[in-house]
Amino acid sequence: MAEFLSYFRQDRLPHIWCPGCGNGTVTGALIRAIDKLGLDKNNIVMVSGIGCSSRAVGYLDFDTLHTTHGRAIAFATGVKLARPRLKVIVITGDGDSAAIGGNHFIHAARRNIDITTIIINNNTYGMTSGQASPMTPHGMLGTTAPYGNVEYNFDLCELAKAAGATYVARATTYHYVLLEDLIGKALMHKGFAVVEVLSQCPTYFGRKNKIGGAVDSLNWIKNQTINIKAAAVLPPEKREGKILIGELHRGEKAEFTQQYLELIARVQRTNPTYARNKGVPGCELNSD
Amino acid sequence: MSEKAKLMQGNEACTMAAIAAGLEFYAGYPITPSTEIAEMCSEELPKVGGKFIQMEDEIGSISACIGASLTGAKAMTATSGPGFSLMQESIGYASLCEIPVVIIDVQRMGPSTGMPTSPAQGDLMQARWGTHGDHPIIALAPGNVKECYELTFRAFELSEKYRVPVVVLTDEVIGHMREKVVLPDPANYRMPLRAMPQSPAGYKPYAADPNGGVPLMAPFGTGYRWHCTGLFHDENGAPSSKPAVASTLLRRLNLKIENRVDELADYVAEGLEDCDLAVVSFGSSAMAALSAVRRSCGEGYKVGMLRLKTIWPFPSALIRRLLAPAKKILVPEMNLGQLAIEIERAAGCERPVIRLGKVNGDLFHPDEVFAAIKEAL
Ligand SMILES: Cc1ncc(C[n+]2csc(CCOP(=O)(O)OP(=O)(O)O)c2C)c(N)n1
Ligand code: SF4
Ligand SMILES: [Mg+2]
Repeated sequence: MAEFLSYFRQDRLPHIWCPGCGNGTVTGALIRAIDKLGLDKNNIVMVSGIGCSSRAVGYLDFDTLHTTHGRAIAFATGVKLARPRLKVIVITGDGDSAAIGGNHFIHAARRNIDITTIIINNNTYGMTSGQASPMTPHGMLGTTAPYGNVEYNFDLCELAKAAGATYVARATTYHYVLLEDLIGKALMHKGFAVVEVLSQCPTYFGRKNKIGGAVDSLNWIKNQTINIKAAAVLPPEKREGKILIGELHRGEKAEFTQQYLELIARVQRTNPTYARNKGVPGCELNSD
Repeated sequence: MSEKAKLMQGNEACTMAAIAAGLEFYAGYPITPSTEIAEMCSEELPKVGGKFIQMEDEIGSISACIGASLTGAKAMTATSGPGFSLMQESIGYASLCEIPVVIIDVQRMGPSTGMPTSPAQGDLMQARWGTHGDHPIIALAPGNVKECYELTFRAFELSEKYRVPVVVLTDEVIGHMREKVVLPDPANYRMPLRAMPQSPAGYKPYAADPNGGVPLMAPFGTGYRWHCTGLFHDENGAPSSKPAVASTLLRRLNLKIENRVDELADYVAEGLEDCDLAVVSFGSSAMAALSAVRRSCGEGYKVGMLRLKTIWPFPSALIRRLLAPAKKILVPEMNLGQLAIEIERAAGCERPVIRLGKVNGDLFHPDEVFAAIKEAL
């Protein structure tokens, strides 16, 4: 336990989250995955948008960037392209990434830029107290869907895959071991990696939909999901209506910043008269 | 190397100056009449080891620039009215979080899609107040191609030095006009540098040094591990909703620029000491205005000219002093009086400030300004 505390800015605690919120579980899994991989703290930049979930970065002892609503991935794109050696991690909510920031999400996937994006999907806008989000399931309630949501939610993992992400996985706050494992794999992946985490907002989504408290919310999540490996051996009727969890997609595609560094090297070979920009170390081709 | 003359466009001059100033990162989205800047950056930046990215929109563009700037890279984007509007929220972020970034706004007719290929000067107030809340910002307005070079370079100096977004307000005419420009010898200028802390020990990202009110900025990825947030924050970068913290921060941010209004002021004045009428203008409108002013003087009228190169912060006291001798003031501009309002405020209400606004998408002709001068006198 104590060794994980060193990843936190302890002077910034206590956190703002409600008791039973899933955000802490995801943050804990991320920290343990980083620790297990032995990543250098000084080489990590964590970027988030706006929302309860996005507050996670403020408690963590890295270079952290708490941006504007929906724009975390765009800010992260600037960080990563400017300094490709840095490990860039985005923590975002379902509203942040799939509504206001949906465009940046699909374009980062299309570029296959090396950013690990962890989406904490609690099916609602937690921070603004429980409005419907693009991830609120059809028929369920939000403060702006008082008669039941007539819209449909995205399948964020299918969206990420179709847009070009080269690592796509889904976990939940119930399946903690899987969550930590998938975050670790996403961090190791070179390319745009997405981990969607089904999480709970007992305060708003749970209460509004009469799911109950945190434990009921966790069970509600658990009961909807099925591991992709288990699903493979089940008859279709048993898989019907279930949400797949586990590693859902791995793609092979050259990573964006790596290609850009190669482009620079190519251009500079044919334009030798140009003086090299001195800049800050870290933009050289051989840096990771 | 030495000074060399080159025929170039305003947009090209902005690009060349940015690269001379050490531009390392450009993110943008195509929009007339600024697109040449993106195109040139995509070609030139890799040659100097810099990065270019065409983002999915202007919100992404400014956001990526801010992200890059946080790692220590000099970053720039270029756009026009509609894109500038989309950028506003993140410009406020850069202003509050004190992140250097340069934005070239090649103005075109608006509002909305307006007339994409026509010049205008309707973004004067958007440059100042486009984002919400009281915030510091600097805006410079070149009056010709050479000044596109000089003021873009200066934009980087100011942005890096004061950790503030700087807008270079050009327009379709200046952006596309070609003039011969003598590029300065690189040996004669110093590349702008950002003041950085010496060591992570005890680093407070928002501790303003007592001299300048500008905190030292540690690049991300160099071991400082600090928190950058658009929430109001204390010296440590920790979010805070304490009234005293909020007020201290917002006042410091604004004073950081307002206290330097004289140092930042930049203008060209001619014949103001003894004039019946002063013409005040900026950017491409000032070209026609100056020609009309000189013709008026040639015909025996006592007319002076003031062309502003720094628009924001607005040098009110200086303008009041400079315009003191004038009995009347005429303000030609390609909008319905955005500069004139500021001039009225600065010059006091006892003298008439005549608004000569032009909003048909055409440039001023010197004859029009001359006619307005004669009518005013
Ligand atoms: C431009 C803008 N629009 C709206 C808001 C208000 N707002 C803050 S958080 C939020 C929703 C966050 O939802 P989500 O990303 O799912 O995060 P959660 O709080 O559920 O973790 C909204 C709409 C804002 N801050 N900025
Ligand atoms: S409102 Fe919901 S998402 Fe936000 S902290 Fe509380 S439980 Fe978590
Ligand atoms: Mg949410």
